[in-house]
Amino acid sequence: MRRFTLIAIPYAWLLALFLVPFLIVFKISLSDLAMAIPPYTPNLDLSTGWAGFKDFLSQLDFENFIWLTQDDLYWKAYLSSAKIAAISTILTIIVGFPIAYGMARAPEEWRATLLMLVILPFWTSFLIRVYSWMGILSQEGYLNQFLMSIGVISEPLIILNTNIAVYIGIVYTYLPFMILPIYAALEKLDESLLEAAEDLGCSRMSAFWLITVPLSKQGVIAGSFLVFIPTLGEFVIPSLLGGSKTLMIGKVLWEEFFSNRDWPVASAVAVVLLLILIIPIILFQRNEQKQREAEG
Amino acid sequence: MALDVFAPWDNPDAKPLIQFKNVTKRFGDFTAIDDLTVDIFESEFFALLGPSGCGKTTMMRMLAGFETPTEGTIRLAGEDIAPIPPNKRAVNMMFQSYALFPHLTIWDNIAFGLKRDRMPKGEIEARVDEMLRLTRMEQFAKRKPHQVSGGQRQRVALARSLAKAPKLLLLDEPLGALDKKLRQETQFELMDIQEKTGTTFVIVTHDQEEAMTVASRVAVMDHGKIVQVSTPDAIYETPNSTYVADFIGDVNLIQGKADPKGDKIYIAWAEGQPEIVGTPMSDFSHGQDVHFAIRPEKVSISADKPEGAANAIKGKVLDIAYLGNISTYHVELPGGQVIKAQTANNRRISRRSFTWEDDVWLSFTDTAGVLLER
Ligand SMILES: Nc1ncnc2c1ncn2[C@@H]1O[C@H](COP(=O)(O)OP(=O)(O)OP(=O)(O)O)[C@@H](O)[C@H]1O
Ligand SMILES: [Mg+2]
Repeated sequence: MRRFTLIAIPYAWLLALFLVPFLIVFKISLSDLAMAIPPYTPNLDLSTGWAGFKDFLSQLDFENFIWLTQDDLYWKAYLSSAKIAAISTILTIIVGFPIAYGMARAPEEWRATLLMLVILPFWTSFLIRVYSWMGILSQEGYLNQFLMSIGVISEPLIILNTNIAVYIGIVYTYLPFMILPIYAALEKLDESLLEAAEDLGCSRMSAFWLITVPLSKQGVIAGSFLVFIPTLGEFVIPSLLGGSKTLMIGKVLWEEFFSNRDWPVASAVAVVLLLILIIPIILFQRNEQKQREAEG
Repeated sequence: MALDVFAPWDNPDAKPLIQFKNVTKRFGDFTAIDDLTVDIFESEFFALLGPSGCGKTTMMRMLAGFETPTEGTIRLAGEDIAPIPPNKRAVNMMFQSYALFPHLTIWDNIAFGLKRDRMPKGEIEARVDEMLRLTRMEQFAKRKPHQVSGGQRQRVALARSLAKAPKLLLLDEPLGALDKKLRQETQFELMDIQEKTGTTFVIVTHDQEEAMTVASRVAVMDHGKIVQVSTPDAIYETPNSTYVADFIGDVNLIQGKADPKGDKIYIAWAEGQPEIVGTPMSDFSHGQDVHFAIRPEKVSISADKPEGAANAIKGKVLDIAYLGNISTYHVELPGGQVIKAQTANNRRISRRSFTWEDDVWLSFTDTAGVLLER
C-alpha cells in the first residue's frame, strides 16, 4: 500500500500537469476555427447530455493535421528545426567536450569551483542573457567594435538576425546541459585505464580515442538529448537572435497562436511536435537504462 | 653431475637486465623510494616482498614508465630508460587494480595490446585463445569485465599482460584474489612460461609462500629501501636482520648479551636460565646486544630433558594451534617469554603427546638459529 502511494504521487503529478493539458490541446487540434471566445468550436456542454456529447464528438476531425501536410511551411519548419537542433547539438559537443575534459583533468580542489562556474549563468534570467547577446552581436555591438578596434575587420559583420546568431545563442544557452553529463562520465574514468592502454602500446592520442572517447560516450549521448530535445521546440532564441529566414517550428507555433489566432492549427502543430519529440525521449530513456545496466 | 645453477647475481661478469642505481622517488616531501640500488638479471623471477606502502608498486611504475625517479637512474639492458615513454618500452605491467577496460569484452581486453602491434588477425585470435585457456577463462570471453568475479578479473588482467610476451613482465599482486588451488596452479603456469620464454618477471606479492615458490630471488623492502635481496632459502635460513626474519615466515626472537667463546657465542638472555649457544656468521664483541632468531620448526619439544642437546630449556605449554599437517606449541618460559615450537602431526590428534599446562623441554642444536645484530 505504501509502495502504491509512493508511485501514485508522481503519476498523479504527470496526469494533472502533462496528460490533462495534452488532452485539452489534442481536443483543440481536432476542432475548427471560430470567431468566438475561445476561438474554436465545438465546445463540450455537459448539460446537453449523451446526445450532446455524441454531437460534440461528431464535429471533431483531423482536418488541421491534413492541413499541416498541405502547406509546405509546416514540414519545412519541422525539418529546419531538426536541422538547426542537430547542428547545434554537434556544435555543443565540439565546444562542451574539451571543457568537460579540462574540468575532469583539473586538480581535484578546483573541480567544485569549475562546476560552479558552469552552473553560474543559471542564476540570471535566460531571457536577459539572450538579450545581452543582441548587444554583443549587433552591428554596433561589442563584438564588432572589438574586432574593428584591433583591425581584424573594417566593415561590421552581420551576425545578429542570422542563423549564426541562433547557433551562438543555442550553444551558449545549452552548453551546461552538455558539459555536465560528459564531465560526470569523464570524472569517473580511472586514470590507470589510460596508463594500461599506454603500457599495451598506445600513444597518448590513440589511448584517448580508444579509451576516453568510448567511456564518455554515454555522457555525450545523454548531453546530446538534453540539448536536442529542448532546442527542437526552441522559440525565444530564434525569435530574438534569428532573422526572417530562420525557420523554426517554435516560432511558427507562436505565430499561429498569437498572430493568426488559429488555435486549432497551432494545437495540431504542437501535437505533432510532441509526437516527433517522443522518439528521441524514448531513445534517451533507453540510453539511460542501458547505462544503469552497464554500471550494474 | 654438474647441474648448471642459475645464479647470474653471483657472476661478476653477468650483465643485469635492470639496474636501479641510487634511485630515489619523492612525492612532495614524502620519500616513497629511498636511495635504492639493485640489479635484476635476465630470466630472473624477482619477487618484491614488503608491508603495505613500502614502495613496491612505485618501483614497478618506474619500470613501466609511469613515474620518473626524482634522483638516480634506471637502466634497462644498459640503456637509461628515463626518456622512453611507456608505450615504447618492451615492458608490460599487470596493475594491482587490474585496470581492465570496462567497455571491452574480456576477449578484446586481452587482444588490446596485440592489436596495437598490428599483429595479423589469425595470430591475434590464436594468441588470445591461448591466454584464455591458460587462465581458464574460455567460457567468459564474450563477457564484459563487470560481469565476472573478482578472481576472474584478476586472471583477465594477468592474461592481458602476458599476451604480448614482453621481455619484462611486471606483475603487481597477480594472484592475490585467487583461491589456494588455482593460485598454485597459476604459479606453476607462470614458472612454466618463464622457463619456456626466458621472460624476466618482477612480481609483487604479499604471500611469502608464493614468493618462496616462484622466485629466483626475493627482495624484502621496508620504507622504500631494500633490506635484503637473496635466494628464497638464503632469505629464510640466513636473514640479515630481525626485520627480515620476522617478515618471512614465523620466527622466535630472543634478545640477549653476547659472550663469544671460541667459534661459538653464548647468549645470556634471562636471569637464572642457561645461556643459549649459537654459531655466529659475523663477529660479536663481549657484551654486545644480540638477537637470536630461530624458526619454530627447528625447536623440538619433548617431555623429558633430551640428552646431549646443545640447548635445552624448560617451559610450560600455553597454547596449541592445530593446523592440520603441523601443530604449533606456544611454550611459556619461566621468564614469561613465549617460544613457538612446531611438530609434524604424524599421529592422530587424540594421541597427541602434550596438552595444555604440561611441563615440556624445548631443545635445539647450536646451528639451528641465527645471530643478528639488529
Ligand atoms: N602519486 C602519489 N602521490 C603521493 N604519494 C604516493 C603516490 N603514489 C604512492 N604514494 C605513496 O608512496 C608509498 C609507496 O606506495 P606504493 O603504492 O608503492 O606501496 P606498495 O608497496 O605498493 O603498497 P601495497 O602493498 O599496499 O600495494 C605509499 O606510502 C603511498 O602513499
Ligand atoms: Mg602496491
